[in-house]
Amino acid sequence: MQNIGEAFSLALALVASGDADLFEIVGLSLQVSLSATVLACLIGLPIGALVAISKFPGRGALLVLMNALMGLPPVVVGLMVYLNFSRSGPLGFLGLLYTPTAMIVAQTILIAPIVAALSRQVLEDLHAEYAEHFRSLCLSRMQTVSALLWDARYSLLTVALAGFGRAVAEVGAVIIVGGNIDHLTRVMTTAIALETSKGDLALALALGLVLLTIALGVNAAVQSLRMSARRQAYV
Amino acid sequence: MTFTRTLGASLTALAFATAAFADDSSIIVQSTTSTANSGLYDYLLPLFQDKSGIQVNVVAVGTGQAIKNAQNCDGDVLLVHAKPAEEKFVAAGFGTDRTDLMYNDFVIVGPEADPAGVGGMHDVQGALTKIADAEALFASRGDDSGTNKKEIALWADTGIDPAAGSGEWYRETGSGMGATLNAGIGMGAYVMTDRATWISFKNKQDYKIQVEGDDDLFNQYGVTPVNPAKCPAVNVDGAKAFSDWLLSDEGQSAIAAYKVSDQQLFFPNAPKN
Repeated sequence: MQNIGEAFSLALALVASGDADLFEIVGLSLQVSLSATVLACLIGLPIGALVAISKFPGRGALLVLMNALMGLPPVVVGLMVYLNFSRSGPLGFLGLLYTPTAMIVAQTILIAPIVAALSRQVLEDLHAEYAEHFRSLCLSRMQTVSALLWDARYSLLTVALAGFGRAVAEVGAVIIVGGNIDHLTRVMTTAIALETSKGDLALALALGLVLLTIALGVNAAVQSLRMSARRQAYV
Repeated sequence: MTFTRTLGASLTALAFATAAFADDSSIIVQSTTSTANSGLYDYLLPLFQDKSGIQVNVVAVGTGQAIKNAQNCDGDVLLVHAKPAEEKFVAAGFGTDRTDLMYNDFVIVGPEADPAGVGGMHDVQGALTKIADAEALFASRGDDSGTNKKEIALWADTGIDPAAGSGEWYRETGSGMGATLNAGIGMGAYVMTDRATWISFKNKQDYKIQVEGDDDLFNQYGVTPVNPAKCPAVNVDGAKAFSDWLLSDEGQSAIAAYKVSDQQLFFPNAPKN
């Protein structure tokens, strides 16, 4: 148990020392997972919105599939991206394996279903409330989708945060497609895995605490954005 | 409006990400966890990079996976420790030539209590037989790595099939060396590890080396540039520069100079030319 106390002081010391390697790793973690979150929202939100307002045969099966894809194992996603981006794979000519771009692609695939499935639920509930109103205004499908997305934007922020949380915390996908290369593709989770395998449990735990703090920071930033937007709305 | 702005932001992020991508002045080395976890690369690579200006990116996985990755052309140099598998890799045309680089040895570590009574033994087959007879816990890598291949070969010498005890006293973790040591120490099992990983491992608890010093525990590392005939995208010059440097007097003395806790981890043995 002394590891935990040691980890706390080590985490503080690491941050206080301004360790350049640590900031590089933290920066890459944020860059990769935030990019993946933005891309996953660009893909997932329109899909979620369209499914939310549409009725078509096989919809129930599609919902089951969307919800099931939220449980995509990161290792499987990593493996699929690896096989495609490998120099001997179909997209090998792009030379993207072992780059941050490959990591962004893997995390986008991992969390786009989460964004789509959760936003579908949020928007469908909202649509149920407004359906009559929208019909009376004779809105087109695109107008309905954009009105819903705009109206639910605060709930959708939470959806995006759920996606970000999954992305920044996963190790299985990025370690396969990124390779955990020092100064190139090493992120927080792969660094934690590495220190654990070196038996340096205190340092691994300290990095874990730093990662937790970053996740807190991102969530707090979004929360304050939301609150200031609310305040403005009432002025 | 918002959409175009977010799209712009994400494209910028992607562009940034791609800018970090390796070009001609870098190579990818597919290597083992033992060399990376022991800190050898952290010591060697800056020396080589300063001299050559070539950035070396190391992907540290088990030898089995490293060879597979290199066969998929996802590396420029292979630096692993499973000679028969490396020779097969070259014979199949994936590597240009394999050269002995350095060696160290394997040891069997176990808890202070030493339930199988193998402490101080120098006969590895005898020790494994005692562990199996006592059905004392033994944690195996079980991941087709160089260490795992070696361990399986040693079991074969004893005539014992440990797989019969799989899940009972023989525990295959399917993970890297460090993870297997963590798991083995957690359950009080004997573990076969390379000496370099053990010396630099920080979570030893009450574990110590129980079996060492058998010639059969010899652990040879080799370096193999990936063949451009099979993998046209290979950085031929970079790969050659790196393997030539490792095999040169300068590289060999750098390997010998690397120490952890005053102990030399790897012993250079490239053929003199």
